[in-house]
Amino acid sequence: MDGLFEFGVPALLLVIGYFAGTMAEQTHYKEIRVRELRLRRMPTTNLRRPPPHWRVREVALVTGCTVISVDYFKRFLAQLRGFVGGRVRSYESLLDRARRESVLRMKEEAAQGGFDAVINVRLESSNVSSPLRRRNGTTGVEIIAFGTAVKLARQP
Amino acid sequence: MKLKRGLRVDDAGPVGGEGLRMILSNTEEVPGRTIREFYGVVTGSTVRSKHFGRDLMAGLKNIVGGELKGYTELLVEARKEATERMVEQAKSLGANAVVNIRFATSSVAQGAAELFAYGTAVRVD
Repeated sequence: MDGLFEFGVPALLLVIGYFAGTMAEQTHYKEIRVRELRLRRMPTTNLRRPPPHWRVREVALVTGCTVISVDYFKRFLAQLRGFVGGRVRSYESLLDRARRESVLRMKEEAAQGGFDAVINVRLESSNVSSPLRRRNGTTGVEIIAFGTAVKLARQP
Repeated sequence: MKLKRGLRVDDAGPVGGEGLRMILSNTEEVPGRTIREFYGVVTGSTVRSKHFGRDLMAGLKNIVGGELKGYTELLVEARKEATERMVEQAKSLGANAVVNIRFATSSVAQGAAELFAYGTAVRVD
């Protein structure tokens, strides 16, 4: 009976984590692709100033923020990976999703305000940890994207 | 007249608040405008902690993974507040724009985080 709790619960969590996590990731990627296509006309750059031929009428700061966490299964995989070292693939897709989501949110904010492009885009990340789960260290990663949205006198 | 065309912060979505008219940018100058006067660095910060319910939900989310919406909202709100404080300070100096805005996050204690926004207050044409 004790064994059931010791191994049964983590095993169940692994199964839940695997299925729910994979499903969530696939739907998220599908959504990201659709939104990226919709916004492909909006130039986004990390250059510090707009190209000289752009006539800028208006500017505004736009931001996009996402906090994302790993599922139980991926965390388990990463811990296994920790023994031998190397690429932790299960975390790579997570950060990729978060980063693209943040950029999309930023661009959506710019599009909503009627802006034509975003310049000087910066991406930053930080850890969000909670007091309850201190042993795991990180519960989430925050990715913020911010830049200056510009409205142009005429399309570039 | 050009001043009037400056973006109202409250039109720009999440950043800014009621009745603030301030051009915000993270570029070194405001594209299309000339900087006439510098007022120095302005800062705004806020320290937030997560409330229990949100934390509990985040704990559950740690099993299935994905976005921690509660935390995202919290950080967006906090950053907005930090930016508003920065804008207030710039306004009190008589500036009409803040350029080269940067954001920073630091954890002060377990479960509490400081969100910090800073930039240079300027007057532009």
